[in-house]
Parts: sequence; C-alpha cells; structure tokens
Amino acid sequence: MLQTSIWEFTPLLLRGALITIEVTLAATVAAILCAFLSGFLRLSKSRILRLIGTVYVEVFRGTSLLVQLFWLYFALPILLDIHISAMSAAIAAIGLNYGAYGSEVVRSSIVSVPKGQYEAATALNMSPWLRMRRVVLPQALPLMLPSFGNLQIELLKGTSLVYLITLTDLTYQGMILRSYDSSKTPEIFAMLLFLYFILAYSFTWVIRFLERRTAKGRA
Amino acid sequence: MWDWSYAFQILPELANVLPITIAATVVGFAAACVLGLPLSLARKSNYKAISYLAVGWIEFIRSTPLLVQLFFLFYALPLYGISFSPFAAGVLGLGLHYSTYMSEVFRSGIDAVPAGQWEAAKALNFGKRRTWTNIILPQAVPPIIPVMGNYFITMFKETPLLSAITLVELLQTAKAIGSGSFRYLEAFTLVCILFFLFSYPSSLLVGRLEKRFQRK
Amino acid sequence: MDDEVHGGRSPDGVHQEPVVKYRKVSKSYGSTVVLNEIDLDIYPGEKVAVIGPSGSGKTTLARMLMTLEEPTAGTIEVDGELLWHQEVKGKLVPANEKHLHKVRSKIGMVFQHFHLFPHMTILRNVTEAPIHVLGMSRAEATERALEMLEKVGLSDKVDEYPSRLSGGQKQRVAIARAVVMRPRVMLFDEATSALDPELVGEVLSVIKDLAAAGDMAMMLITHEMDFAGEIADRVIFTDMGSIVEQGTPEQIFERPQSPRLQAFLSRFRQTWFMGGVQEASISAEKR
Repeated sequence: MLQTSIWEFTPLLLRGALITIEVTLAATVAAILCAFLSGFLRLSKSRILRLIGTVYVEVFRGTSLLVQLFWLYFALPILLDIHISAMSAAIAAIGLNYGAYGSEVVRSSIVSVPKGQYEAATALNMSPWLRMRRVVLPQALPLMLPSFGNLQIELLKGTSLVYLITLTDLTYQGMILRSYDSSKTPEIFAMLLFLYFILAYSFTWVIRFLERRTAKGRA
Repeated sequence: MWDWSYAFQILPELANVLPITIAATVVGFAAACVLGLPLSLARKSNYKAISYLAVGWIEFIRSTPLLVQLFFLFYALPLYGISFSPFAAGVLGLGLHYSTYMSEVFRSGIDAVPAGQWEAAKALNFGKRRTWTNIILPQAVPPIIPVMGNYFITMFKETPLLSAITLVELLQTAKAIGSGSFRYLEAFTLVCILFFLFSYPSSLLVGRLEKRFQRK
Repeated sequence: MDDEVHGGRSPDGVHQEPVVKYRKVSKSYGSTVVLNEIDLDIYPGEKVAVIGPSGSGKTTLARMLMTLEEPTAGTIEVDGELLWHQEVKGKLVPANEKHLHKVRSKIGMVFQHFHLFPHMTILRNVTEAPIHVLGMSRAEATERALEMLEKVGLSDKVDEYPSRLSGGQKQRVAIARAVVMRPRVMLFDEATSALDPELVGEVLSVIKDLAAAGDMAMMLITHEMDFAGEIADRVIFTDMGSIVEQGTPEQIFERPQSPRLQAFLSRFRQTWFMGGVQEASISAEKR
C-alpha cells in the first residue's frame, strides 16, 4: 500500500475537474437553448406549440436526472440503433433536464414585464419580434439571472452523476484515487467536496457579475 | 426493439422495489425536516458565531454534489469506525443535504409571521417554548407546505443516486434486469414512466395546495 | 346633415374626409357592455377632448384605435382604410398583423403611466422606434429626437435613464417619443392623471404647443376641464358606453343640454370648488 500525500492527488483531480467544467459549460449552453426555446413555445398563441413545450417541461422535470442519463446512454442507442458517447449523453441529459427547469424561469420572467411596456411598444408600431427583442427581453433577462444562478449550481452538482456512466470527471478521478490508496478515502472525498465548492463559487461569482452589469440604469 | 410482453414481464419486479424507493423518500424527507428546523434557528441566532457557522455549513452542503456526500458517508466514515447500511447512509445523506434547503424554507415561513404576533405573545406572558409551539409554528408552517411538497417530490427523484451506494431501489433493479438480459430499453423506460406517474400528479396536487393556501 | 350626425368639421371649416371614422363600434367583456354602437368622426388636425365618468368607455375608445383592444362589433377606418378588417378576394375578413402594422403607423399614443423603456436612456427611448420601425439612420433619428426633446424642454436629460426623472419629465419624454413618429392622430389617455398636481402644468403646456403647431389630429381623454376648453375644437361627453353629447367647448361647458352632462359637470365644479375653499382657508390661516 502506497503512502501518498494528498498533494499528489491534485494533478489527477484537476484533470477530472477539467472534464467536469467541460461538461458543465456545454450542458449549460444546451440548457439555455432548451429553456428559451421551450419558454417561448409555452408563451405561444398556438395551443399545439404550447402543448409541446409543456410536455417537454413536465416530462423532464417529472423524472429523475440520473434515470434520464441512463436512459439516454443505455436505452436510446438500442431504440435508434446508434452509438451515443458518454459525453454526448451527459450533455444531452443534463441540458434537457435543467433546460426544463429553466423554461419556467424564462416564461415567468417574460410574463412579469409590465403590460404597459408591450402597449407602449405597440403604440410605436413595433412588430412583435422587434418588441420582444428590444423592449421585453432586455427587461426580462435581469429578472432571470438570480434563478439561473441557482440552476447553474444545481447543474454543476448534477455533473457528478456522469461518473456513473464512466465519464472521467472529477468524481471519477476521486474514485480512481481511492483505488490506489483506500486509507486516504476521507481526504480524497474532502478534496472533491472542496473542489466542487470552489467551482460553484466561481460560477456564482460570474452570475453576480452579470447581475451587476445588467442592472445599470435602474434605480 | 420494444417488446411489450417483456416489459409486462419485468414490471412486477420493478414494482416490488417501489416500497423501498418510497420509504427512502419518506425517511429522508423526515430527516431533512428534523435537521432543517434547528439549522434555520441557528441561522437566525443572535450569536454571530453560531449564525456564521450555520450559513457556512448550508452554503457548503448546498454547493456540493449529493453523490459525493453519499460516498463520504458510505465509504469514508467506516474508516473512522462509523458504518452505515446503504439505506441508512442514503436517508442520512438525503436528510443532511436537503436539510439545508429546508432550513431556508422554514426561515422564510417564520419570517413571514408578522412581528406583532411575537409581541402579543410576550404581552400575554407566553414562555419561549409555548410561543413557538402554539403561536408561531402554526402560522409559519401552512403557507410553506406546498414548497415542502415540492422538495418531497424532488427527493423522490433523487433516490436513484442511492443506487451508487448499492441500495437496491428502482434504478439499481433496472440495471440488474438490463445487464442480465441485455435488454435495457424496456427496463429503463419503465423506470422513467414509474417516476413520472408518481411525480407529475404529485406536482399537480402541490399546485392545488398552493392555490388553496393563497386563498387564505 | 353630416355635421349634425357626426358632430364635427375640420378646423378650417372646409369639409374634408375624416381621418378617423368609428362606425357602430361596440365593445363588451363577456356580458358587460363598455361601448355601445359608437359613431364618431375625427377630422385631420382636429383636437377632440373626451370627458366622462370613469367606466364610461372613453379609454376603450382610444385603445381600440391604437389596436390595443379589438372591437366586438363595428368598424374603424383610418385615412380611408379599414383598421381591424381587410378585404381578401372581395370579402371582409379580420385583419392580420401585417395589415394592422401598416395602418397603425398613422396612430400614436401617450399613456397615463408613461411606460418609458426603463433600460434605455431618454435619447434611445425616442430614437428606438424611428430607427427600427421607420428604418431611419441613427444619425437622422438622433437629429430628430434631439429636436423633439428640445421642444419639450429636456435637452439636458438626454443621457439619463427614466428612473432619474420626475413624473412630469417622464411624460414629456413619452410625448416626444410618440410625436417623433409623426402620426396623423395622437391619442392622449389621461396624460396628466398620474402626475402630482405641481407637475401637471409643464405637461399641459407641451400638449398645448403641440396643438398649436399642428396638423396632427388629437384625441384627449382628460379630466382637466379648463385645459380641454382651451385647446379643443370639439368636446365629447361619454357615459355608460355612448356619446351622450358633443359640441364646442363653449356649448358643452357653458350650456350643457343633457341632464347627465349637467350632473357630471356639477360634480366636477363641486370638487374644484371645495378644493378652492380649502386652499383659501389654508392661506387665510397662514396670514
């Protein structure tokens, strides 16, 4: 049994952290796309489009992320007779799952922009698309940021699940290190928690920065 | 491709494990509530040291993955002589993790009780304990029940994580069935459906509860 | 005679085609009838004041013209073109967004609660629509905007955000923003009702200048009776969803015919009177 100091773990853990960050960023982009797309679907005048949006949101909010992950990685390839990499399954599952939660944030923020803004824009003969782009959305986005910030942290935590479909993320590397020296298990897990905490705080900091920047010009 | 007869064949096996999933949710939820209330009181404490500790603990647990926390409880603690069964470690992990969320919910419920209630209790010379049990908590809890309901549903959807610490619940059973027969499609799809069948109606129920409490 | 039915004529006395025609326009919400078969003509450059108790439907009248509410029945014509309907293969069908957009360009509106865009500076509030709706270049739009902002007396505030302005200043910006689009008809929906009394005057003075300048027709929904009397060519009194009486300011305010109008005006005079008595007694105490 090797006597290792915990500092020797760092390089391997950092390699895992890189994968975690990669998955987080890619899944965040996917989640934002899904959130806005489905948010707008649910605000649409067409009942069919609204239904599609609602079905997506309820299905992905109503089932477990881990189960969705397993389904996309193990079951979907069988159904479509294709190969899906662990990374693709991870980004898809996490993006779709958190996109569903984000959809409600998008929808409710847009709805909370005062009706008078819509009317003033209409009175100036702005088309609905122009109105959304330049009047409503710029006012809705700052309202979305706090909730998006919370979802971002949840998403980061969610990436730890990709270890279970053998993606070599931070948690995976931690478990590998355990197999080298199981006596250091508590230290390894403590370091994992610590590294995740730092990542979470970094993301929170970015969101706070964005919140401050979009708050310019308001009382 | 999809085989209906196979799906119906494995359904009983999956349904058999449902009680464990539900039990883990219920006990975990109870643990979260029991641990959450003192945590929220600690956060509101007048002693700066206690409240800072509480905030630090809450932030740390909330920002780090439940999976890693479960691993810590199940794999790391035995090195210090504390051994848990998968179920025990699971509900303890769920309870600890979600107690931090619950503490925020309790805190907002308590803060929502008007200051005048505390003053009236004091004027009538209620002791600290009676004030809490007879006056404050009965007013704080009902409005937050819908939110608590949502967390219950969330915890239900988190139980598959317990498969990673070898608890035999729904996901673990599906994996076992799948790897045995190489037919993952039906097993995992059925698990998805079972989760949905529970959580979607529950979320509608919670929504209705919310409306009823808003009317009050 | 046309005049008696529709009650107005263009300011220069010559018969012109009305720029706005309401024909049997009705609006109900469920079983509540807000407007009942309204017929109304507004002539180019005419200033029409609309007075009446709250709930009488006067705001709805304006909002339907601005396409913010759809009439339940009847038609509205703007500059000879139907607003809410269009002809498709010889039949009248409800207008689509493209048609509404085309006709809407002739109407502008100033709201009771201003509705300035909070995330844009004053200048951008005024240039936004000219650039993105009229397709003007930024330079041209800015030039026009600065000109308009100077007219309403806010040149020194062009780079401020709305949250830093007083109510009266905000409303003046709102007026500039609407006027810069050069509509044929401008609607003022209780433009001063949300303002503190000492700020009302600055806004009324801007509207007065606009009225004098122009060939722009104006519909002023207002409670400021003196003001209405000063600038309106015609005053319309609505009550319970109908136009009860209309005429020149002199006819309406000095010689009201219908009992409902008389009751409405006396209530107003009372409030004004009571306010006046209060003021007098306060200044008496000060001495």
